[in-house]
Amino acid sequence: MIPAQFEYAAPTSLEEALALLAEHGDEAKVIAGGQSLLPVLRMRLNAPEHVIDIGRIEGLRGIREDGDAIVIGATTTHATVLTDPLVAEHAALLTKAVHHLADAQIRHRGTFGGALAHADPAGDMGAPALALGAEFVIAEQGGGTRTVGADDFFVDLFETAIGEDELLTEVRIPKHTGWGAHYEKFVRVAHQWPIVAVAATLKAEGGTITEARVGLTNMGSTPLRARAVEQSLTGQPATEDAVRAACEAAAEGTNPPSDLNGDADYRRHLATVLSRRAVLAAAAG
Amino acid sequence: MTRISLTVDGASVSEDVEPRMLLVQFLREKLGKTGTVVGCDTSNCGACTVHLDGHSVKSCNVLAVQAEGSEVTTIEGLARDGELHPVQQAFHECHALQCGYCTPGMIMQSVDLLNDNPKPTEEEIRVGLEGNLCRCTGYHNIVRAVQTASGQEVNAS
Repeated sequence: MIPAQFEYAAPTSLEEALALLAEHGDEAKVIAGGQSLLPVLRMRLNAPEHVIDIGRIEGLRGIREDGDAIVIGATTTHATVLTDPLVAEHAALLTKAVHHLADAQIRHRGTFGGALAHADPAGDMGAPALALGAEFVIAEQGGGTRTVGADDFFVDLFETAIGEDELLTEVRIPKHTGWGAHYEKFVRVAHQWPIVAVAATLKAEGGTITEARVGLTNMGSTPLRARAVEQSLTGQPATEDAVRAACEAAAEGTNPPSDLNGDADYRRHLATVLSRRAVLAAAAG
Repeated sequence: MTRISLTVDGASVSEDVEPRMLLVQFLREKLGKTGTVVGCDTSNCGACTVHLDGHSVKSCNVLAVQAEGSEVTTIEGLARDGELHPVQQAFHECHALQCGYCTPGMIMQSVDLLNDNPKPTEEEIRVGLEGNLCRCTGYHNIVRAVQTASGQEVNAS
């Protein structure tokens, strides 16, 4: 299958890209690596009149340190995130999770910002970004930017806070230096979207968990935080019994889908099991 | 139509393409490089894997216009002066194919894997090739071929 006809533009500056978005608005789709968009276009699930390729805007790519955060440019590839030493040191949860995202070829093309803007609730980047308290920097018309917190960024299925004439430019990840991290993904076959996955990162001192963040993949129409688990874990010893007890609440407040891979109750059960595994692995390093 | 210029298997090419044309179509239909095959057409199977600026990609999941100015290497560009690439040679020696349809993509991904990790473990080979499917399920000999190409002892199991 090939996509329907569209007009193509490859701006080389942010200003040019925003001007194109202002002109074409809801008739346009933004493409970065295209690893999520191209399958959609090929299957003709969407047929935009304009495709705006932001892959040639230099300033949107790269990873840098900025005070208490690391900043990941929107068109930075997953492969770059996977091997970046700053990410490994200050946001190990991303390194752990991106290792499980699709396969090597897709990671070479697919982008960090693209995956988050696509907002597939089964995507592997949403729950880690949410758990780490990511902040999303969005360029507006007129040259301004606004920053949206992770709790407000994911609005619904494939829907984010990014407006039709706006562009995600970078994602700020508050440093979680020295935090243990693990991404536990449950799939039936290789390089599949997770049936459920759990992203856990935590700080432990002398065997006691002092802070914990737990994100859930594919347990609702957006990535979710397992806040009840996070609260229960705080102050607890990182032992199997304590973690098991805390993770019983992992599915609280979720609304998981039912499909051929499993019904909602099965996913709620998975969330508790995978949370326990993820938290214990994160506590171990 | 959009004019694109790029390097494919060492040769400069310049063609007018529709923006919706996929890189794999461009290679096969515009350049006649049918060594790169379309398997699943859904970016799952990896049969269409080529290298774009030195890294493996699924060419059914890249627009030809996105390759403007880039360097593409296909399975047809691996051999040098009539000599098979060491990974091609290893696939031949280990009989790492049954029907052969996945082979171009398997070889291109194996070359990419060995560029990043010249001495992969068996597990690293299997994970590194997870984006390439063999419908004949002939994975054992494919793993042995990658071990052979990397100069390592072949797993006998």
